[in-house]
Amino acid sequence: MSDPVRLTHLQRLEAESIHIMREVAAQFRNPVMLYSIGKDSAVMLHLAMKAFHPSKPPFPLLHVDTTWKFREMIAFRDARARDLGVDLLVHINEEGVAQGIGPFTHGSAVHTDVMKTQALRQALDRYGFDAAFGGARRDEEKSRAKERIFSFRSASHRWDPKNQRPELWNLYNGRIHKGESIRVFPLSNWTEQDIWQYIYLENIPVVPLYFAKPRPVVERDGTLIMVDDERMPLRPGEEPEMRWVRFRTLGCYPLTGAVESTAASLPEIIREMLLSRTSERQGRVIDHDQSASMERKKQEGYF
Amino acid sequence: MQDRFTAATQEVLAYLHEQENKDLLRFITCGSVDDGKSTLIGRLLYDSKQIFEDQLAALDKDSARWGTTGGAIDLALLTDGLQAEREQGITIDVAYRFFATDRRKFIVADTPGHEQYTRNMATGASTADLAVLLVDARKGVLTQTRRHSYIVSLLGIRHVVVAVNKMDLVGYDRSVFERIVAEYRAFADRLDIPHVTCIPLSALAGENVTTPGTAMPWWEGPALLPFLETVEVAAARTQAPLRFPVQWVNRPNQDFRGFSGTIVAGRVRPGDAVAVLPSARTSTVARIVTMDGDLEEAVAGQAVTLTLTDEIDVSRGDVIAAAGARPEVADQFAAHVVWMNDHAMMPGRGYLLQFGTHLVGGQITEIKHKVNVNTLEHTAGKRLELNEVGFCNLALDHPVPFDAYAECRETGSFILIDRVTNATLGCGTITFALRRAQNIHWQPMTVDKAARAAAKGQKPCILWFTGLSGAGKSTVANLVEKKLHAGGYHTYTLDGDNVRHGLNKDLGFTEEDRVENIRRVAETARLFVDAGLIVLVSFISPFREERRMARSLVGADEFLEVWVDAPLEVCEQRDPKGLYAKARKGTIANFTGISSPYEPPENAELVLAAGEHDPETLADQVVAALKARGIA
Repeated sequence: MSDPVRLTHLQRLEAESIHIMREVAAQFRNPVMLYSIGKDSAVMLHLAMKAFHPSKPPFPLLHVDTTWKFREMIAFRDARARDLGVDLLVHINEEGVAQGIGPFTHGSAVHTDVMKTQALRQALDRYGFDAAFGGARRDEEKSRAKERIFSFRSASHRWDPKNQRPELWNLYNGRIHKGESIRVFPLSNWTEQDIWQYIYLENIPVVPLYFAKPRPVVERDGTLIMVDDERMPLRPGEEPEMRWVRFRTLGCYPLTGAVESTAASLPEIIREMLLSRTSERQGRVIDHDQSASMERKKQEGYF
Repeated sequence: MQDRFTAATQEVLAYLHEQENKDLLRFITCGSVDDGKSTLIGRLLYDSKQIFEDQLAALDKDSARWGTTGGAIDLALLTDGLQAEREQGITIDVAYRFFATDRRKFIVADTPGHEQYTRNMATGASTADLAVLLVDARKGVLTQTRRHSYIVSLLGIRHVVVAVNKMDLVGYDRSVFERIVAEYRAFADRLDIPHVTCIPLSALAGENVTTPGTAMPWWEGPALLPFLETVEVAAARTQAPLRFPVQWVNRPNQDFRGFSGTIVAGRVRPGDAVAVLPSARTSTVARIVTMDGDLEEAVAGQAVTLTLTDEIDVSRGDVIAAAGARPEVADQFAAHVVWMNDHAMMPGRGYLLQFGTHLVGGQITEIKHKVNVNTLEHTAGKRLELNEVGFCNLALDHPVPFDAYAECRETGSFILIDRVTNATLGCGTITFALRRAQNIHWQPMTVDKAARAAAKGQKPCILWFTGLSGAGKSTVANLVEKKLHAGGYHTYTLDGDNVRHGLNKDLGFTEEDRVENIRRVAETARLFVDAGLIVLVSFISPFREERRMARSLVGADEFLEVWVDAPLEVCEQRDPKGLYAKARKGTIANFTGISSPYEPPENAELVLAAGEHDPETLADQVVAALKARGIA
């Protein structure tokens, strides 16, 4: 009898995520992985490669492109899908594009609803996906902290937070009727710190925007916004200036605040995060409306 | 730049190394409403500096709006994340929170105290290593304290910390604490919880939570957090025999066939002899495949892919186990069932059961007893209501591999799923197999169904007539039988009223008795089909689930559901037995159509418009349908 082997914290999280992904592959007819290009998606994709090795993940990636993502994100996305040999679907809400919806003209709430929430629902309906992985974590936000790993959605994509299915042990009930679906969160129990540690230990590629370097930014309403392309209208007196910044989360560039930083390597990022006194979602303009805004958005079909 | 990078790298490497040596404790907080669970977690997060400045600012704002602490920071609002929870000031669902100290990482599930949300409490408890049970010092041990203790023990949590909270409101009085401890221990001694620790504290004042306080000099034990940092909970079960439930068959090409899953107990090395259950075929482990390369050994908790040396049939739901120490394989066993749905559990009703990666139909055949969570007394019962716990016998459609829950959580637990709504209805922990499953084998007969049917020159089947009382089921069935008999067919009719005079005379009209009524009739009809007969069953049989159960007993082409569809007004007007009149007066309870529902068939083979046509025409329609199927 040798000593009992104790798995580390990250090994336990990794195994749990892989177990969840395999359950989805086995229980559903037509799953998809929502790939948002950020660090959580990077970890989720890496775990999917592990879960099904030597097979490829038996589902495609789906990126809901609002057309306002950082250019470096799109380049990274395409390179990653090509390098790993996985299927990538890109969906854009063409009606929204035709109406000229954008964060500068319509504000963050309308933009997010049309180009993200509605676009996601369109894509799920078009392809008939019955399960969709998302990289959300419970430590991100209060309503996320309440969500099941297999989170049931009605045929109209709604979440009913007051009436969730009991979820016991690692037994995930994936049974649904036609039109209904399940959102699956394999990273539920990971924290931001776990994500970065895992990226470091597993050497997972991430978008360079996470690393600090001089970038053109303007300071607007207390948030540093990077001028990523010519679509950004500058207000009187605004002059882009080069500052050492990086991003803790990634999304649409007009809605994503940069943080001043000189952390240009993973160890430096991890160290900076350990010392940080603000949460990562602070840089997200869309969460600021009010505390319960995420719950409401989720009920309407947002991830 | 280079120096700074190196310094950061060194620092982070040292830090990561330290992290790797940390283990993880998953615990729940539970207890009655208002005992201060959310406040305690808020305190743990706040004092261990896990709350960021922007979250604190939002909390400040929320405290002013929703808080119950008179404008001061309300720590409970940190975990009550749903709008409805904040508005009502209660916890509805489990919230998961994460924090770490220098010694350990923690995942906390804050579970609701209200009885109606017990299922959410069980959700949190099912993945926990330890439970912190809060007791309000002013109120002592309450019903919910007992209920939660019982569920905690049922789910196999071996460590309970009784946190006697709000000590500030009783003047930090030692005798109050000791009285509660004595009362709790008297109750808990009758439960299977090996380790109970009691700690007096005040979450609001931060007394004895993260550090020993000053208000209770009489307390010589540890504060809560130091205790949680050091308590030894059982490690993963790496010394037990191998259990590997197969999740997914991994076949990238013709040359590779692996079985992906998580090792839930024991360890495995290439060359190990294994058995695949339930088929009991044996083989040898060839490789342990991962993306990081093949492993020399894998242990409980790891998710891997195994290949075997032999080309044997293995699919999802099978368990690969140590050849010398296999799980049991049975289709009947005894288990504790916690019911979590508003619709009561009825013995005899069909449910889906999910065991690990295996999904199988089954039913609860008997409630041996229910458990009164207050007194732990055993009581008799014919059904399990929401939040009730029963010790039950279960029967499955086919045998599955399993262990007792006390031996292995993952192979000893299951959930029950509704076949129609797909809702998760309850959960169970297996105690033992029922021996008869292994010892009573189906007696194979030399003369079988086909032989008996051939001797009669007919195709046996069940004609299941369902519909409201007075719809004309028996009248039509009687005419059909006359016509078949005249044609030389061997038939038998099972009529609802007639059967209740004999076989089913002990049954009443409650929902559970109706379920049993149908079960007996369906089993009798099956025997008659086996005897080669055409069986006509004429029963109201109002519930879809029971008709589905009856259908499942015979072959797909041997069951014809005939819906004798007459509108309620027509039936009530006919009222051949005067029953509707009595039901309207309230002298008959649970009367279908009046005070008990009728669930119309969704996929009946035949629907008879019984309000429009006379019985003779309807009977001809049935015979025509039998002809079309080659039966008559």
